[in-house]
Amino acid sequence: MSTLTTNYLVPTGREEAWRFTPLNRLAGLLDSTVALTSTNSLVAKSLPAGVSSKLVAALDLAPMATTLDAATIRVREAVTEVLVLDIAKDSEVSEPIHLNRVTIDGQAQASRLLVNVGTNAKAVLIIENQGNAVIAEDIEYVLAPGSSLKVIVLQEWDAKTVHLGSHHAIIDRDASFTSLIVTVGGSVVRLLPTVEYRGPGSSAELFGLYFATDGQHLEHRMHVDHNVPNAKSRVNYKGALSGDKARSVWIGDVHIRAEAEGTDTYELNRNLLLSDGARADSVPNLEIETGEIVGAGHASTTGRFDDEQLFYLSSRGIPAQIARRLVIRGFFSEIIGKIGSQEIEERLMNRIDDQLAKVGA
Amino acid sequence: MSTLEIKNLQVSVATEKGFTEILRGVDLTIKSGETHAIMGPNGSGKSTLAYSIAGHPKYTITGGSVTLDGADVLAMTVDERAKAGLFLAMQYPVEVPGVSVTNFLRTAATAIRGEAPKLRTWVGEVKEAMASLNMDAEFAERNVNEGFSGGEKKRHEILQLELLKPKIAILDETDSGLDVDALRIVSEGVNRVKANSDLGVMLITHYTRILRYIKPDFVHVFAAGRIVEEGGPELADKLEDKGYAEYTTA
Repeated sequence: MSTLTTNYLVPTGREEAWRFTPLNRLAGLLDSTVALTSTNSLVAKSLPAGVSSKLVAALDLAPMATTLDAATIRVREAVTEVLVLDIAKDSEVSEPIHLNRVTIDGQAQASRLLVNVGTNAKAVLIIENQGNAVIAEDIEYVLAPGSSLKVIVLQEWDAKTVHLGSHHAIIDRDASFTSLIVTVGGSVVRLLPTVEYRGPGSSAELFGLYFATDGQHLEHRMHVDHNVPNAKSRVNYKGALSGDKARSVWIGDVHIRAEAEGTDTYELNRNLLLSDGARADSVPNLEIETGEIVGAGHASTTGRFDDEQLFYLSSRGIPAQIARRLVIRGFFSEIIGKIGSQEIEERLMNRIDDQLAKVGA
Repeated sequence: MSTLEIKNLQVSVATEKGFTEILRGVDLTIKSGETHAIMGPNGSGKSTLAYSIAGHPKYTITGGSVTLDGADVLAMTVDERAKAGLFLAMQYPVEVPGVSVTNFLRTAATAIRGEAPKLRTWVGEVKEAMASLNMDAEFAERNVNEGFSGGEKKRHEILQLELLKPKIAILDETDSGLDVDALRIVSEGVNRVKANSDLGVMLITHYTRILRYIKPDFVHVFAAGRIVEEGGPELADKLEDKGYAEYTTA
């Protein structure tokens, strides 16, 4: 057994990074006495031209970035095979690359994925998580100069799922990375979309949407490390919560280092509380070590349903329940509209509608 | 033929200091085809009258009745009032982010008509109504009232009036914030609906300006929460000359 998972590294709940997380509901993912199954759990039905995949022994493939996250450290210990997706340089992949999760009922899983985007390549990747799972994963995206990657990660889990994940992007010169994380299922989901830069002219957009109902804990913790000059970042997460003990956590850490002159960053988190008993924590943190920047800002709002909007729609004959749906769809549309697939957009909105109906909203 | 009958309506609003009475017994009857101008100084309760009839939750009815063709309007939910045939064009229409005008109009028309309008005729209907209000086609793709200018908001209200075809429309300071051109376009819209239907109108305004475009059959002076004087169009001319001073200093 490695020293990494000895007790002193297992979170107690007092750590800043874990203070919001219900550690007693993680189904053994941080418990060194519970074994993690390490078979690859992401499968592509087919790969478009310009994209190839392979399984590489974990011993031969060190992680691209170090981590302090206890769950990710465990994943890196447990995983024996890493799924590697290579997007060939200069290729413009015309259709989205689809990866679907294969879950093993009743077993805790660990998974590592590495996505290499070649120089000047351009691709869209969609990762779909459905079903029941207890899973911890480590995803790394490495964007070569001039490349572009848009990743859509869907958490449409069943009610019992526990999911801890790290999504780290390393963005080289003039490359642009877009992440869109949608979390509408699961018992506990805790995801860490993080970004570091390798060269100037690079940009990262982190978008997210979450909808929590009765007893769900949905947590998203960004970290954007502006460690090079003239890079850009945008963060926009929107969440709605309805039902007793529905819980969301959004942490937006943006660090502008002394050398990151010309940084342009803005982060935003909006939460809509649809019922009593729901709670949204929203913590933007902006640390700025240089004044020579283009811009840096953040905003965070958590509010209740706007009765004036409801009145306006109802005064046009729209029944209150439909009016609420319309407002909630409207609230999410800014994020959901970025998915670019009408089929997925409708599926997600229908799921949200169904869940709203279940909690009587 | 429809009749909106307001009898001895008393309305209060909750404030930090407790309940404040705003309407102190309003009596007014509006029939199809009639246009009633409600004129009065700021703060006299004109908008409260409009919002109370529409069912805004902020206002508490403490007495009196409102009926539409005998049906108890005050017992209806907000959407039921609209379905019964009431329409309120608001002074400050509300922004609804992420909901497109197209989607909103179609959802409203579906609710009011009881079935989804046939797509083919509906698209034409909306286009025509928009064109007659000098609204650009791209307007339909924008989010409801989001980033609209004052004039665009008012045109959007009248667009809804044209499409939802109510029995009685309450226009709450529709003229406020409009320049001369926009005022004319909006007024023409109201007149068009009146010409094409048997619409009864309650036209709430502070100024007589809009009455040059929309001719009232009756003028009611509103002050301190009730109607204090009534007459024909000539009353508006008197107000134009003398203002509201004699009603407010009493």
